[in-house]
Amino acid sequence: MPATAHIGFIVAAYGAGVVVIVALITWVMFDYRLQRRILAELETTGVSRRSARDSAERTVSDGA
Amino acid sequence: MRLSELANPSRFLRTANLAIPWLGGATAMVFAFAIYRAMLAPDDYQQGATVKIMFLHVPSAWLGMLCWGLMTIAALGTLVWRHPLADVAAKAAAPLGAAFTLLCLVTGSLWGRPEWGTYWVWDARLTSELILFLLYLGVIALWRTVEDASRAARAVAILTLVGAIDLPIIKFSVDWWNTLHQGASVFRLGGSTVDPTILIPLLLMAAAFTLLFVTLLLAAMRNEILRRRVRTLRLLQASATG
Repeated sequence: MPATAHIGFIVAAYGAGVVVIVALITWVMFDYRLQRRILAELETTGVSRRSARDSAERTVSDGA
Repeated sequence: MRLSELANPSRFLRTANLAIPWLGGATAMVFAFAIYRAMLAPDDYQQGATVKIMFLHVPSAWLGMLCWGLMTIAALGTLVWRHPLADVAAKAAAPLGAAFTLLCLVTGSLWGRPEWGTYWVWDARLTSELILFLLYLGVIALWRTVEDASRAARAVAILTLVGAIDLPIIKFSVDWWNTLHQGASVFRLGGSTVDPTILIPLLLMAAAFTLLFVTLLLAAMRNEILRRRVRTLRLLQASATG
């Protein structure tokens, strides 16, 4: 059987592999940036988690 | 650091932030070497050049099953030990498992057409693999449908434990039934029947896929923790303004 007999199937399989892997990496990176941006926006409005406030207060009192 | 110490989400985030760039670099290097070795692999005496599809198909099949296995452990973590990161891990893993299982099905079809003369047959291995993909979709849908996160986590954990029955069915389907799909040839009693010129690139690709999966899982878990923080802050904001 010549090596190029089923080249279209091989290229299609590797193409599918590239599409799936690139899609997963893009999704994870995009989602990370989105969540970081939303968190930053919320924190600029003055909202913060209790644990984050406690941590910040401890840092201030340690420094005083 | 003990594994139990990572149960603290903030500590997990710090560890993940350190590990992800290194894991990403290692994944890229192992992938580059594995693809180089895969392209140099000789044609199979029966399959010809289509054996190269196996370098994608087999690792993605293994990862699809490994991912559900991890989700099963996470389900026990949610229901039995109430580990704070268990449902985070399960939720982050489901889309990854679905993607690898889909890749397994697609590459299997593309291999099947030239070798079997058909893209699909309803034999036990292919059907049980399709059921695994549908189970992944069910888990993802359940996470999106149930609004209360803790109720969703319990429902998903139960579905995951029930779905784990499919794993031994996939593995042993080729032994229990007469299937068009070939029997086990890598991990089997008596050793692998695959020639080292093909087995070594296959195992290298499996290592690359596994590293990719671990990197993506850590990154997706990090995203899920941040998403929960966003939700908490929005609730705080709503209660402050309400």
